Amino acid sequence: MTEENKIFTRLGDGSGIWMTPEEILADIEAGVADAVDRGKIEPLTEEEKQKIYDIVTMPGKIVGVEPGREVVMSNDSGAYKINVKSGIPMSVDTEVLVYERVLGCDSVDVGNTDYNYKTAKGVAKREASKLKNALNISMMPLFYGAMPNLGFYTQPDGPVENWAVLLPDGKIKEAMAAQEEAVHHAVRDMVYVAEQMYDVGADGFQLDTSGAAGDADFLAALQACEEITAKFPGMGVEIGMAGEFVLGMHGRLKYKDVRLAGLYPHKQVKLAEQAGASIFGAVVNTNCNKSFPWNIARVCTFLKACSEVAEIPVHANVGMGVNGIPMCEILPSDVVSKADKAIVEICRLDGL
Amino acid sequence: MGDPLGAEATHVLAAGMGGVRTAGDLVLRMQLAHKMRIDEAKAAVAEKLNVSLSDLTDVVVMSEVREDLGIGLCHVEPSAQENNGMEAKFRISQKLGITINSVERFKERAGLK
Repeated sequence: MTEENKIFTRLGDGSGIWMTPEEILADIEAGVADAVDRGKIEPLTEEEKQKIYDIVTMPGKIVGVEPGREVVMSNDSGAYKINVKSGIPMSVDTEVLVYERVLGCDSVDVGNTDYNYKTAKGVAKREASKLKNALNISMMPLFYGAMPNLGFYTQPDGPVENWAVLLPDGKIKEAMAAQEEAVHHAVRDMVYVAEQMYDVGADGFQLDTSGAAGDADFLAALQACEEITAKFPGMGVEIGMAGEFVLGMHGRLKYKDVRLAGLYPHKQVKLAEQAGASIFGAVVNTNCNKSFPWNIARVCTFLKACSEVAEIPVHANVGMGVNGIPMCEILPSDVVSKADKAIVEICRLDGL
Repeated sequence: MGDPLGAEATHVLAAGMGGVRTAGDLVLRMQLAHKMRIDEAKAAVAEKLNVSLSDLTDVVVMSEVREDLGIGLCHVEPSAQENNGMEAKFRISQKLGITINSVERFKERAGLK
């Protein structure tokens, strides 16, 4: 502790800040209260809030979970962080081996750099060939991954009218119909791509950032998951979410008689189970203007509620801008490791 | 997203099992195959490999176990005995008692089934 006896931590945008113990405790309380209010869920216990305080104020550049509490990791990065994002020339199968034998990951997903199923469909057999090469030389489970990304099905590039244009014009019924039609297109594309990946031996299929375009987007992921798991046994499906809350862009869509708009993670996971998913990727948004103590307390409140009701493995999405991880490309390991420790130890999650 | 060192490397060091350095890949396979939650999946793998739960994340113990079983390592002295990639997955499938899709597809393509 320096800077006049304050503790270093970060804001949700990653920038460093110094806080007093009282300020940290107050933000933890406020973060928990916000999750309770929005999610209508139970608060963390006093012991759990104290544990968050201990983790936030823990000295050391990085921290880690207690031995024996380690979890496994799935991924939704498309295996192009090194060859594309970091600009290091290498083939996808080589990048998979780096994840496996250099980074110590438990899995990775192969994916198109334009990470959505509408784009992947057009090159699905070539994408499958990349995956096949990687599967032949690696050992860990490999997924194929992309986003449902329903917005890509709108005009002028897609086949249906753009509901984001229709809604401001008051064309509510037309906007709802366009979303319903887009769901059919998206499900068909996801199932087609899944078949190509299954045929070359994929271990898993990642429906990443589900719900990004709202409730219709989440419905497409659920329907695709149901169809894929029925048609292609032996290839598990992970449904990873876009955000903590399913936006009601349509508002009336249901899956198994449950209205999708407004669902938080503890209710989303129950639908993922019914759709046949093997893993649920839970997401709670990071608020850039709030402190790490506020964000991680809120995250743990939501994720604990999700984990408690889940019957399938829950992996917290700890990528940029979600689940306590700051919204910045180059991630500071100090709060990343603290987020991991808090999420795993308090929420009893099954993976990251 | 996030950079590989700030994301993957940090997550692995802070909270991960470590993939093929230990038994993380095997535990994830049990989650995918049987929808097992983490404690159940770890217990199942430990039983199959005849090791303790604490051994599962011990890189020294698990590198010996993996070498003995021929189920793949992250770092080996290259030799004729090295067993990585598809051949290791054949043994993983047998040892864990699960069907691995890529192994079955490989058998089909190679005319082994």
